[in-house]
Formats: sequence, structure tokens, C-alpha cells
Amino acid sequence: MSDIAIKVENLSKAYQLGDFGTGSLGRDIDRWWAKVRGKEDPFLKIGEANDRAIKGTSDIVWSLKDINLEINQGDAIGIIGKNGAGKSTLLKVLSRITSPTQGNIKIKGRIASLLEVGTGFHPELTGRENIYLNGAILGMRKKEISRKFDEIVDFSGIERYIDTPVKRYSSGMYVRLAFAVAAYLESEILIVDEVLAVGDAEFQKKCLGKMNDVSKGEGRTVLFVSHNMAAISNLCQKTSLLKNGSLQAFDYTRAIIDRYIISEKQYEAEVTGTDIKVTRQCSKANFYALRLLSESRGLTTSFAIDEEVIVSFEYDILEDNTMLYPSIHLNDIMGTCILATFNGLSANLNNDLYSKKPLNKGRYRSVCKISANLLNNKTYSINAFLVPTDDADLGIAEDILTFSIEETGAMTKEYTGDWAGLIRPKLDWMTEKLPVEF
Amino acid sequence: MKINSSNQGWDLEIKPHDTVFNLHLRDVWNYRDLLLLLVRRDFVSFYKQTILGPVWFFIQPIFTTIVFTFVFGNLAKISTNGAPQPLFYMAGIVSWSYFADCLTKTSTVFRDNATIFGKVYFPRLIMPLSIVFSNLIKFGVQFILFIILMVYYLIQGNRIEPNWYILLLPVIMLLMAILGLGLGLIITALTTKYRDLAFVVGFGIQLAMYATPVIYPLSYLQEKYRVIIALNPMCGLIETFKYGFLGTGQFYPGAFIYSIIASVIIFIIGLVVFNKVEKNFVDTI
Repeated sequence: MSDIAIKVENLSKAYQLGDFGTGSLGRDIDRWWAKVRGKEDPFLKIGEANDRAIKGTSDIVWSLKDINLEINQGDAIGIIGKNGAGKSTLLKVLSRITSPTQGNIKIKGRIASLLEVGTGFHPELTGRENIYLNGAILGMRKKEISRKFDEIVDFSGIERYIDTPVKRYSSGMYVRLAFAVAAYLESEILIVDEVLAVGDAEFQKKCLGKMNDVSKGEGRTVLFVSHNMAAISNLCQKTSLLKNGSLQAFDYTRAIIDRYIISEKQYEAEVTGTDIKVTRQCSKANFYALRLLSESRGLTTSFAIDEEVIVSFEYDILEDNTMLYPSIHLNDIMGTCILATFNGLSANLNNDLYSKKPLNKGRYRSVCKISANLLNNKTYSINAFLVPTDDADLGIAEDILTFSIEETGAMTKEYTGDWAGLIRPKLDWMTEKLPVEF
Repeated sequence: MKINSSNQGWDLEIKPHDTVFNLHLRDVWNYRDLLLLLVRRDFVSFYKQTILGPVWFFIQPIFTTIVFTFVFGNLAKISTNGAPQPLFYMAGIVSWSYFADCLTKTSTVFRDNATIFGKVYFPRLIMPLSIVFSNLIKFGVQFILFIILMVYYLIQGNRIEPNWYILLLPVIMLLMAILGLGLGLIITALTTKYRDLAFVVGFGIQLAMYATPVIYPLSYLQEKYRVIIALNPMCGLIETFKYGFLGTGQFYPGAFIYSIIASVIIFIIGLVVFNKVEKNFVDTI
């Protein structure tokens, strides 16, 4: 096993909510008095888990609670969790911006953190001057920056503007220059917080590529916080999932992302009436209910890989004589559409009697069965559509249901590893021996 | 990789509390390039997009001197111990404003740099230090102005008697720097949570100037007031500065030694308090 680069032990961080007003002086004196008498800090006794949605009784929250983590040298580690889960706090403590309340962190090697691009850029200074200033703020020596100066300018692709004050830069150029400086930091450990949310697609790709080089090519340790699951899964072998300040899981990225999606969204197997969030309303029909069903177990959001996924789709027709197709799209968790289907006669295995017929007012149910042995063991979500003859009057409900396909071993008798691909259909294979002699 | 493979060889340990006197001075030394670049930034950004550029450094002392000469010299007729009035006032203004600038600028260092401190780690002390050095450049420019004026009056044949105490200038500068820095650090540390003290600094520094022999010589005061004024550590420094360059008044060894001791103590208190607060101030500012 490789060496440990970062070791986090029982790390906790408490924050005080609310205003620091005249009232807080009294509390400070209480704390100080408790400390003088060698008693436990009353401030920390009443802390509670950090869930921003629930109104707490105490104005002390634990933004991080008892985090234990060991990160091996050379690993690229992702950190995910919803807003307020403690991701940024963890990075701040790791990069020494604020100190922990309890516990400790041990680090081997030089650490550089990039919580924001362009920290300390001065608008009046030129690109050249800012490269030096920003580099020094990030911990580089002047000599080091001079040595890498040409590479940095080259990577940023703004050579022409290098002697222009950065206040005249476009925001894209600004970010390019800032990231370029950070990309050439020489540190054994690099901490990156969501900086890729800026810049154009080409530059984002370049940044991800550079980070990949840093971790895989140069063997440096990378910690990467992002909401972009695609970026996390491309870059990080392992990922830790934070929730309300505590570490929920630390495992291979794929497993964590699936778990995150499931745990954060708290899937419902059924949505009805006003709970259906309609992105676009159709004038002739309403969504009434959508359900996910298993043949044997009824309502569910997790299906075995060799089991049919039954999508039951109920809708109300509001006018007589309406021609309308119910339709669904199946997406993976990154939002890539994997398939689209509707009950059109030519796209249906059955002969649906209501297909392509004018419907009278009333409630209808269309059921679509997604074949067993078609999907991979992943998480999928469904977009539902009501498509009348006039396409422009389309009704849309996005991300309406989410389900996961679980590995049961049905297809893994021969190969037990990670199965690539967005889908995993059983297909027709046949082998024959060819009449060729050797 | 030169990294030690044993589990004991940690390069850095992040803990909730540190010992009071661990000031991370080695870290500060490692970031000395940043210090220079920050000083450069302050200097360059000061005169960018101005027509007069560094000449602006002259404007403030010249006009202040003119006003002081008129108000305190001509209207109030306060003694300058025989030195030419403009020169006497300028000596006070140039040296006092170095101290005052160090103090006022460092006293808001946490607030002014909250965004950058919240995003990246570097030894926080670098920021206030860069302020002290930036002000030193400004002082240097204004000091040249003062010397020019002094030479002018010498040529005119005025009674100015520079003496060996001029050699104390570096000591005076260092003491003013650490005194201003120390007070500034204490104030900025105290104001991260409670801003009250920040309001005091603005007018406090104005009033403090009158409690320091800037516009009057110490000898001008009655004995009982002189002792009170001498409790101000800046008193001995300004008096010595004036005595060295102008030969007015006299050198008070007691006041000077008192200034040294007070400055050093305040500086150390400032460092310790700043160091304690810097670890968590991001959470409260």
C-alpha cells in the first residue's frame, strides 16, 4: 500500500450562527470563565448537527463532526455532498484558512489550495505582474515563477494581453490566466474547489486534463470538490460523501456517486397531482400520476438487473377529441438521454388500442415496460411528456422519477468486474469454427 | 520522492490550538517574495492612472505644512524653539504620518483582506508587514522633501544645528514601525469580532497627534504636563528626531529608553494577539 499523504483524525468544526451583537460579549465572558475554571466549553456542549433545512434550537452548529479520513499519496479524491454538507469547511480547515475546533490533520508534503481562481489579483496590475503576485500568494517563490512564466502564459493562451491591466480582461481571460498560474504550482498536494464552473467548454476540458496530468502523470495527491459528477468520476478514483458535516462514506467514486444520488434525492416510487413538477404545461392534458412498479413487489425505486421496470403513466384529457401520445425519456445521472419511447404503433411491441385515436375527456393510464436485462446497474431518471398533435403544446415533467438497477449476479457468472456502458442488454452472440487450417 | 515513508514524518500538523508563542516566523521568512511583491503592488497601484504619479506623495506633507504654519505658527504663535516654522512642522508631519499610516492601515488588515484571507493560506503577518514596508517607501519620498527644505534653510543661513543624534534615525524608524504595527495588530485582532474599537482609531489618531510633540516642542509645556505627554511612547521618538535634525529642544535619554521598552512590549503583545486571532478570524469577520 502506498504512503498516507493526509490523515484526518476526529476532525470537528463548530460555527456560531446568527449575529455577533452586544449579546455575544456576555456569552464570550461565560466561555472564558468556564475555561479559567477548567470546565468544558459551554459553547460546544449544546452544538447540533448541521442541517440547514431544519430550524434548530441552538445557534451553534457542527459544520464538521468527527471526520476520519486517510488519503494515500498520489490519489485523486473527490468530495461530494449537497450545499452546506461541510465540503468547503473541510477544504478550509485542510488549507489552514481556519482552524478545527477539535481533532487534527497530519499532512505529508507541501500543500497548495485553490479555493478560488485569481485570489489577490489586482485589477490595476498587468497580467505579468499578477502572475507573480498570485503565484507568490499561492506559495511560489519568485524564482520558481520566473522559471515557469512562459509555460503559464502559454497555457493561459492570452499572450497578447500579458502587459495589459487585468481590469481590461474579459472574465474568461481573467479565469484562464488565474487557472494557469495555479496549474503550475509545485506542491505534493493540490486542493481544488469547484473552480471549473467558469470559463468556456474548451478551457474547462483543458483544466480537467491538466488536473488529470497532475494526479496521474506527476503522482501528486489531488482533493477535488465539485457538483459536477462527470468531472468527479473522470478524475477521481475514490470519493468521500459528506452529509450534514459527517462523513457518510468513502469508497470508489462510482459507488459513492450512485449512493449520493439515491441518498440525496430520496426517491419516490410514485408522484401524483400537484407533486408533479411540470416544466411545461400542455393545454389539453394534465399529468395525474407516475409510478414505478415491479411485477412482483409493486411500487419500488430499485430493480434487479433481470427484472422489468414498469412505468405507469396516468394523465387527464381536458378536451374531447384530443390526439396525444404519452412519452418518456430515460436519462442517466449526468442527464444524458439513453432512450426515448412513446406508444406510437410503429414503436410499440403491442397493439395499443388507444394509440393514435382521438381521446375523449377523462383519465387514462398508459403503462410502459422497460425490458429486463436491458439497463446496467446504474441510477436512471425519467422525463415524462404528453405530446399532442400540435408539438408546440407539449407537456413536460423533467426528472420526475428516479430508480436504480441493482446487480443481482444474474449476468455476472463469468465476469464479476465493473461493467462498462450506460446500458447492459443481453444480446445475441453466436460463435462458429471457421474451416481454416493452420 | 524525498518524502519520509514512516508515519512519524509529518510535514504539517493542523490542530485546534497552538502554543501562544509559536509565531510561525519561519513561515513568514519563506514567504518573503510575497512581501516584496505586495509592497510593489501597493506602490505601483498607488499612482497607476494618475498624471502626477509619485508626486502625490509630496502633496500631502507640503499642504499640511502650509496649513500648520499658518494656523499654529502665525495665528496661535506656538514656539518652535527657534527653528524655521515650515521645517519644524514638516519634521513633525513626516515622522508622525509614518507612524500614523502604519497604525491606521494595519488596524484594518483583517477586515480589508477578509476575502483573500478566506480563500488562501499564507502567513497572515505578511500583510501588515507589507503595509509597514510600503509606508517606508512613502516616508522615504517625503523624507527627501524634508531634506531639501532643510538644505534650503541651511543655505539661507537659518539657525539649524543637525548633530550626531541624526544617526539614531534608523532606530527611530524601526521603533515607530514596530509601535505602529504592534498597536495596529492589537486593534485589528480586537475588531474582528467587535468593531467598536475601529471607530476610535480614526479620530483617536488625530487626537493622539496633539498628545505628541508634533506641532509644539516638549520644552514648551509646563513640567506637570510634560510628564504626562512623555508617557506617550511616540513622544521620545519625535523629540529625538527633531533634535537630531534641527538641533531644537534637547535629547531626553529617559524618554527615549522608555519609548524603546514600550514599543517592544506593545509589538510583542501585538504579534501574540494577532497570531491567536488569525487562526479563526475568518469565521467571525
